[in-house]
Amino acid sequence: MRAPMAWLRSLCDPGLEARELSERLSMTGTEVERVLEIGAPSADGFVVGSVLAAEQHPNADRLRVCTVDTGDDEPRTIVCGAPNVAAGQTVAVVLPGAVMPGGTKLGKAKLRGIESAGMILSETEMELGEDSDGIAVLETDAAPGAPLAEVLPVSETVLELEITPNRADCFGLFGIAREVHAVTGAPLAEAPWATDAEASGEDDASDHASVAVQVPELCPRFTARVFADVTIAPSPLWLKARLIAAGQRPINNVVDITNYVMLLTGQPLHAFDLDEVPGGEIIVRAATDGEKMTTLDDVERTLDTDTVVVCDRNGPSGIAGIMGGQISEVSDKTTRVLLEAANWDGFNILRSSGFLGLRSEASTRFEKGIHPDLTMRAQAVASKLLVDLCGARLVPGTIDVDARLPRFEPRELTLRADRVEAILGMPVSVAEMTEYLERLGFGVENGGESGGEGVMRVAVPADRHLDTTREIDLIEEIARVHGIDEHLPATLPDRGESVGGLQRHQALIRRLEDLLRDSGLDEAVTFSFVAPDREGVPGLDEVAPVVVHNPLSEDQSAMRTDLLGGLLAAVGRNLARGAESVALFESGRAYLPERPPSAGGPAAGDFAGVRTAPIAEPHRLAAVVVGPLAPGSWRGQGRDADFYDAKGLLELLAEAMGAPLTLEPAARPFLHPARAAEVSFGGAPAGWIGELHPSVLAAIGARAGVAFEIDVAPLLEAASVGAESFEDVTTFPAVGEDLAVVADADVPSDRIVATVAEAGGELLRSIRVFDVYEGEQVGAGKRSLALHLLFRASDRTLTDSEVAPLRERIVDALGGIGASLRG
Amino acid sequence: MLERIEELRNEARTAIDAAPDAAALEDIRVRYLGRKAELTAILRGIGELPPEQRGPVGKTGNQARVELEGLLGAAKEKLEAAELNARISGESIDVTLPGTPPVRLGHLHPLTRTRREIEDVFVGLGYKVMEGPEVEHDYYNFTALNHPPGHPARMLQDTFYVDPASLGADPELYGTDGAALELPPGPRDVLLRTHTSPMQVRSMEDATPPIFIIVPGRTYRRDSDATHTPMFNQIEGLAVGEDITLADLKGTLLTFARAIFGPDRELRLRPHYFPFTEPSVEVDVSCFRCSGTGVMTVGGSEERCNLCKGTGWLEILGSGMVDPNVFGFVREHGYDPERVQGFAFGMGIERIAMLKHGVPDLRMFFDDDVRMLEQF
Ligand SMILES: [Zn+2]
Repeated sequence: MRAPMAWLRSLCDPGLEARELSERLSMTGTEVERVLEIGAPSADGFVVGSVLAAEQHPNADRLRVCTVDTGDDEPRTIVCGAPNVAAGQTVAVVLPGAVMPGGTKLGKAKLRGIESAGMILSETEMELGEDSDGIAVLETDAAPGAPLAEVLPVSETVLELEITPNRADCFGLFGIAREVHAVTGAPLAEAPWATDAEASGEDDASDHASVAVQVPELCPRFTARVFADVTIAPSPLWLKARLIAAGQRPINNVVDITNYVMLLTGQPLHAFDLDEVPGGEIIVRAATDGEKMTTLDDVERTLDTDTVVVCDRNGPSGIAGIMGGQISEVSDKTTRVLLEAANWDGFNILRSSGFLGLRSEASTRFEKGIHPDLTMRAQAVASKLLVDLCGARLVPGTIDVDARLPRFEPRELTLRADRVEAILGMPVSVAEMTEYLERLGFGVENGGESGGEGVMRVAVPADRHLDTTREIDLIEEIARVHGIDEHLPATLPDRGESVGGLQRHQALIRRLEDLLRDSGLDEAVTFSFVAPDREGVPGLDEVAPVVVHNPLSEDQSAMRTDLLGGLLAAVGRNLARGAESVALFESGRAYLPERPPSAGGPAAGDFAGVRTAPIAEPHRLAAVVVGPLAPGSWRGQGRDADFYDAKGLLELLAEAMGAPLTLEPAARPFLHPARAAEVSFGGAPAGWIGELHPSVLAAIGARAGVAFEIDVAPLLEAASVGAESFEDVTTFPAVGEDLAVVADADVPSDRIVATVAEAGGELLRSIRVFDVYEGEQVGAGKRSLALHLLFRASDRTLTDSEVAPLRERIVDALGGIGASLRG
Repeated sequence: MLERIEELRNEARTAIDAAPDAAALEDIRVRYLGRKAELTAILRGIGELPPEQRGPVGKTGNQARVELEGLLGAAKEKLEAAELNARISGESIDVTLPGTPPVRLGHLHPLTRTRREIEDVFVGLGYKVMEGPEVEHDYYNFTALNHPPGHPARMLQDTFYVDPASLGADPELYGTDGAALELPPGPRDVLLRTHTSPMQVRSMEDATPPIFIIVPGRTYRRDSDATHTPMFNQIEGLAVGEDITLADLKGTLLTFARAIFGPDRELRLRPHYFPFTEPSVEVDVSCFRCSGTGVMTVGGSEERCNLCKGTGWLEILGSGMVDPNVFGFVREHGYDPERVQGFAFGMGIERIAMLKHGVPDLRMFFDDDVRMLEQF
């Protein structure tokens, strides 16, 4: 919303510079986005002039030599090219030395031999209009030499305000003026609708026109007045100047008046050429499905049944509250005008303007919701202007179709003074509260029948009817006018018995992230949405995604079902930029179109709240390593990470959590078929690990790479970290024993270790694989695993005679799976 | 005799001091303490001396021998140490060459670091950290946060909605509860949350007051340019009790701002409008680059601070007192709007990280360029 300072000052002048006023408004809830300077940089040198004589230039057919009184001792000579300049006119003169709009400084100039001591301005030069053929003739009583700024805005400052959605009243300049009045205390001008125009004639509006509203819920009020003997002409300069400063293009006096009144009151209006409305009949109804009409912007619109149209006998002539049509548009020939000021349901306007993709100054105001009483205010202001500026006769009577919906009945609220302090934490006196509310247009009555001291009855004005419905709304008004920043103390709440902290899963996820970081991986954050084809990574699209209905682009239209796709893309981008090795991990959610778990906490996607989340959102950890994980140096480059490096990372995570990790060979389309496994923690499946498939690597330009992706919830579920208890390992020392176990090469080491563990019983406290050998010495198709076993009892020192039988049991058990000790 | 012992002692002291190496020391030992040495002979011949001399000569001679043995030992250690140093001093390396790191140092994403920093401040203030769903019901994202059915934020151009057909066949999960905006082509209930605020309501459904929580997480809006990405991260805060005031909000945020941006920071509260808080305020922190003056002195001349654009203030978050209508949605869980009150705030983690680290373009956070990540 643009608020020209001069116009604003005519309604409320706090005597503040634009910057100071902006500051004050910004600190009370009306943010000033920008302060614009339009027109000339300064009004100095722009004066009112009186043309005493205008003679033909001796050397140029198209120039005139004018004698102009600009209030100086001697009239000055000004050469002018306008055909319409004539003696007796009052004109706008710019004197040498002044700076023109656009920044050029005016000098004395010789035109065909005659020196011109200034310039008579056209509308274009004053940035008031497009009529550059002639000079602007002023209608003013101002004396020659008076500053032009007293007549016209020469150098205009405009505040560009961000109006919050609750303040529809500030979409009218008088609303902004009231706001300025409230926050500065400067006097507010009388409301422009305080007086109405005089009607004349024997006829009545109803003789000229009729209005039928078929949808009263969507059109709570429709008012119409009739004007006869209208003369269409350009608007006077002051009106044009105000419109331009406010960002509107002047068209003709009638249309300009409707725009001007809207800008002033916040109530949009529409003018019909009544002679183009057959029988003067106006019908307000819902459009039929697929009904078409051409709006003022020359676009044919297809409507639906939720759109409300203003029709004549033949069909729609305008889309209610959004834009008029061409059929009964006011033209140069118009002499009879029907002026509509109607109220439309905000939600419906918002919907229809969204549906049509058409927003206008009118729809912007209606969609926020405005009170039906504003229609008559706008009629009053517009009527006076139509009579004054268009020579119109206001036909007696107003056509007023008012549904009198209960939701617009006047409202009274109770305000408790102690409640104000209880909410704000700062004292505001009853007198101050009363003053602030009254400045804002509220009626305040202290005490009253129901309340005692400190209880007020507050009447809500029509402008604020829709946004002020509760006591808290009044408290907000008081707080901001009183000055939150200025007066509010800074205190801390009493937290009582509440204890803060990270939840267990949050602390552990931090630890997991830190471990990956400290193992040499960089953390990536990739978008939650991906392309439906998952960047072509084979197999990822086997999981159906949650689909975004209105994505910004197709490649962001599916919610990711994995972290791998985004990580691979990120690795690929880095390789393309010349990185030689990339190690990335991500800690975040996958989005799966399935019922979320009802246990497992937030890491599993089990969230607080009565309503179950719409989908499952498990927290995951994933990593992709391309190239070496170990750092290279001048003493040698690291080895490309392989399966066991990736597994080493998982083991680190599992060990830090105190969770048992197991892998089982299992292929995935994007993994090397012979070097891939399913991951489980404590027996619960959690994800996968493997070397990336050569085709996946080729797609991102990598020669080798490994990856894993795991759900965090099963890892945390299996985690024993935090529940450790002390064990005495020093009093009774452990006994070590090494075994070399030979078995078929395809017997997994897991199975051998598990067999040894089971046979070794309680006293066997740990088993470590310290060497793997395949070759001649063990025979083809065989493999030798060297195991280091540690036996310990908690209550005695073990002797050889106790360990020897255990060893025999282990050897027997190994025989059961076809394994033996190496000879 | 005693004089002779003193002479020998002095001679030997001088010789030990002057010995250049271990071999010379050995010669000295043989000459003064060896089997054929004069001192050895004197001590050996004590028995032949007159009785009155035996005591003094024996005592002085032994003292001299002990002293010389000590001096010889010390001199030997010193010479050996010097020889070892001389030997290894040739094994020199270039200490300025890079070391061999045990592991490569990885990096947490700047958003994670910033989020954790903020979390830790509020944990210190007694807040619990909560998380909630990102794919959310309209009810929690809008309805229960006092957004009327026609609120513009509900429009298709601002909020990402989820295609119900992609959610499977469980209508309970995406039914049209809440007052979804009926925009073509049909009712919408499931959306990508536009803020972390839905967790205000979920958390209040879950626990009675007093409640002090913060909620970090991903959020989504249909915007994409240098200052907007369709996905971004927020941290929500909620404090509800019986007597928590707007002044408490100010104190809390002031504490937060000083912890994150430095102890000299000031806050500015500008009244604003949000559907689910009232009164609402936007919060600015005084610029930490120009100390809130809006002006930087660069090489003697004054320039406009480009971080705060010369205003001296940086907008960091939106907040306010929880609107009673929001409590109305959780009244049955212990939140009677006449009995409880409190504040809520929400901030963009990217915004804080950009300000703290001078990151110029929001999109850089999601490009995952390791050359950027490795700066943090
Ligand atoms: Zn600054």
